[in-house]
Amino acid sequence: MSALLEVEDLRVEFGTRHGVVEALKGVTLSVAAGETLGIVGESGSGKSVTAFCVMRLLERAGRISGGRIRFRGEDITRAGRRVLAPLRGAAMSMIFQNPRAALNPIRPVGLQIADVIRAHEAVSAREARERALALLEAVRIREPVRRLEAYPHELSGGMCQRVMIAMAIACEPSLLIADEPTTGLDVTTQKAVMELLAETTARRGMAMVLITHDLGLAAQYCGRIAVMEQGRVVEEAVPDRLFGAPGHPYTQRLVAASPRRDSTVAGLVGESEPRAVVPTGRRLLEVAGLRKEFGGVAAVEGVSFHLDAGESLGLVGESGSGKSTISRLVCRLLDPTAGSIRFEGEEIGAIPAGRFHGSPWRKDIQIVFQDHGESLNPRFSAFDCIADPLRRLLGMREGAQLRAQAEDCAARVGLPGELLGRFPHQLSGGQKARVGIARAIAPGPRLLVLDEPTAALDVSVQAVVLHLLDRLRREEGLAYLFVSHDLNVVRMMCERTIVLQAGRVVEEGRSEALFAAPRAGYTRELLAAIPHFEPQGEPVPG
Amino acid sequence: MRGIAGRAGRRFVSSLPALFGVLVFTFLLMRVLPGDPAIFFASGPNAGQAEIEDIRRRMGLDKPVPEQLLLYLKDIGTGNLGRSMTTGQPVLNDLRNRLPASLELTFCALLIALVLAVPLGILAALRPGSVVDHAVRLLCTLGVCVPTFVSGLLLIYVLYYLLGIAPDPTGRIDIFASQPPEVTGFLLVDAAIAGDWEAWWAAASQLVLPACTMALFVLAPLARMTRASMLAVLTSDFIRTGEALGLSRRRVILVYALRNALLPVITIMGIVFSTMLGANVLVEKVFSWPGVASYALDALLSSDYAPVQGFVLLMASIFVLVNLVVDLLYGLADPRVSIG
Repeated sequence: MSALLEVEDLRVEFGTRHGVVEALKGVTLSVAAGETLGIVGESGSGKSVTAFCVMRLLERAGRISGGRIRFRGEDITRAGRRVLAPLRGAAMSMIFQNPRAALNPIRPVGLQIADVIRAHEAVSAREARERALALLEAVRIREPVRRLEAYPHELSGGMCQRVMIAMAIACEPSLLIADEPTTGLDVTTQKAVMELLAETTARRGMAMVLITHDLGLAAQYCGRIAVMEQGRVVEEAVPDRLFGAPGHPYTQRLVAASPRRDSTVAGLVGESEPRAVVPTGRRLLEVAGLRKEFGGVAAVEGVSFHLDAGESLGLVGESGSGKSTISRLVCRLLDPTAGSIRFEGEEIGAIPAGRFHGSPWRKDIQIVFQDHGESLNPRFSAFDCIADPLRRLLGMREGAQLRAQAEDCAARVGLPGELLGRFPHQLSGGQKARVGIARAIAPGPRLLVLDEPTAALDVSVQAVVLHLLDRLRREEGLAYLFVSHDLNVVRMMCERTIVLQAGRVVEEGRSEALFAAPRAGYTRELLAAIPHFEPQGEPVPG
Repeated sequence: MRGIAGRAGRRFVSSLPALFGVLVFTFLLMRVLPGDPAIFFASGPNAGQAEIEDIRRRMGLDKPVPEQLLLYLKDIGTGNLGRSMTTGQPVLNDLRNRLPASLELTFCALLIALVLAVPLGILAALRPGSVVDHAVRLLCTLGVCVPTFVSGLLLIYVLYYLLGIAPDPTGRIDIFASQPPEVTGFLLVDAAIAGDWEAWWAAASQLVLPACTMALFVLAPLARMTRASMLAVLTSDFIRTGEALGLSRRRVILVYALRNALLPVITIMGIVFSTMLGANVLVEKVFSWPGVASYALDALLSSDYAPVQGFVLLMASIFVLVNLVVDLLYGLADPRVSIG
């Protein structure tokens, strides 16, 4: 087979305020017709930049400084708009992460599909509409006639991605680049979208480049995988070999850091297993008949659970399952519509959320947020972020004691002291996560609510942060309410797990038992949808 | 569609208290301002105390202020805005006669401003930091920082006095031209209805200079807003999608980017319109334009309460109305608004 796409020693530079940064340092890849190539790597590895280069969608600051891109044998490295416009959409297409933002918010999706068709073929508006309808059927959207008139905000994330796929395959391109197509979608939706993509490309004989940070996803859907690190391809192989016997140290680390069915928190960072936590059996939190309505619709309905001191309880479920709402109710950022929340035997659900900050319980219940960048005040240095709860909740005055206490918190989360003077934008994702955790443990809480604390982090950083959280819990005897969509993470972090669907508890049990033998059909569905890279589900040797 | 109408209705009802507040506030403000209308409107400087008292009684100024306010509110409720002491006409009639002049001028100015500002904003956004961008910025800065009476006089000086292209800059239509029969009060519309193109041309050429003066002043907010929102939209994901799937550059910019970028411009447009209508009194003065703003200024200078109060009420109502229209337009332009 001749190569459809050849990338040779591609180099890309970005002009930034701090001088020129080399994003790609000689990337060589090739994709044969009909083949599926996976590109995996963490943020900053250059996998998306490579894709944007091929499509020539680099932003203004980016510049191809060397190398060559050949498509169907033709050199398009320096091709102008006139050459590219007929290729884009018709010969090579791309779909993106965050599908809802990738669609024009004020144009019906049917028209957007028709726009693509009419950009490449001289067809009437009516004919384009007919074909858009057929495409919506092909990507299995229910009630396609009605959906033609729908706007993106009226569709779910999964449906938006289907529409995006319909647009991308409208003119039968021979190459489809999918840049993190399912990041941010629920696992079951992810499975449906990926299967649609795999089937569509197979049926139409299209080649696909799948860019993802999820090794399991790449293993399941790609014939060949390239691993990228810091602007270079460090290893390239078929999935079985790559994950069975990774050659490059970076691949080894990446494989080790990815949570699997059998991994442990310590295993992710390559340490031996610490001894299990012995639950104290002392009741810390008792939630009964919890109900929360938004505009008359119940988001949480009849949820009851309890949490012992020093215990970790996982809340899993897909978007709309009410897991984040429960976490906000428990840490008293939202008022429940009905039900009771008892902490240490005291009813705290009756204290209005707007006044809870003044309650003595505030320092006992703290939260770690998902987006570590957005949840830090951009005008607060790391020190101020950590010292703020000490000042407000413990009433500490400015001075040596406050400084010492904040530095101690930073040390406990492994944040180097010299970083305390920096502002959030000067910190990396992992460092910001540490600041967020240090802030939460600063007032000495007994219950920590963790709302998807690692969802925005790369796997290697996630591994380290999970390890940190696990260690903190053991050392300080904290209780965790751990909210996550990632079942593997919850299994590792929590002794007990609650599975939620549409605001109700579907299943509850000890984590190992629940994941080994799920009783509810929904739990089984969730578990089956997780992409995994162990061949036949066996543990990876070594 | 019903959602939009409902929203407009709710907005209207919720603006009624504000309108009432404006009424009371203006009323009290006029009483506090120095100057006694009775003395001003007395026959002469040597009018006797008896005459002044008589005028004061006729105007109802001898009653306590709260009672005056109640009487005033009652009058407003029956649609009576009082009588102007300066013109001797009911305020309602005066406003009705003069409002079309102001509206015609403002509409034309807004149209000119939009026709200039939107393309300039787009050009500037497509090449940020380029010569075009800087030229647009300079033009906008000039437009804002040169006061309208200066730019108006400059235009008159160059186009009327030096070049002689523009007609005599006084009034809405050349005094020698025949006035078209009044239907709407908008001279351009009336002339077109009557088929009197000579009058239409006369009115249009009178309108050009003041409209341009006004347009120049509001060019900046519109062009800057278009540029800023266009810049933001051009970096958004769906523009990248359009590019990635091979849509033509024109389609990406005009259909995908511009329509999204115009949403905030609609909001600014409403504010700009209300400002132009009431606040550009200087343009009306420079061009002897018989509009409501210069009418209100004259009344204010002579402590003539009724016209000023009527004018403020009119402006407040127009402001509410314009906001409603902007709301409706926004609802039509952005399908996301109608929900929630």
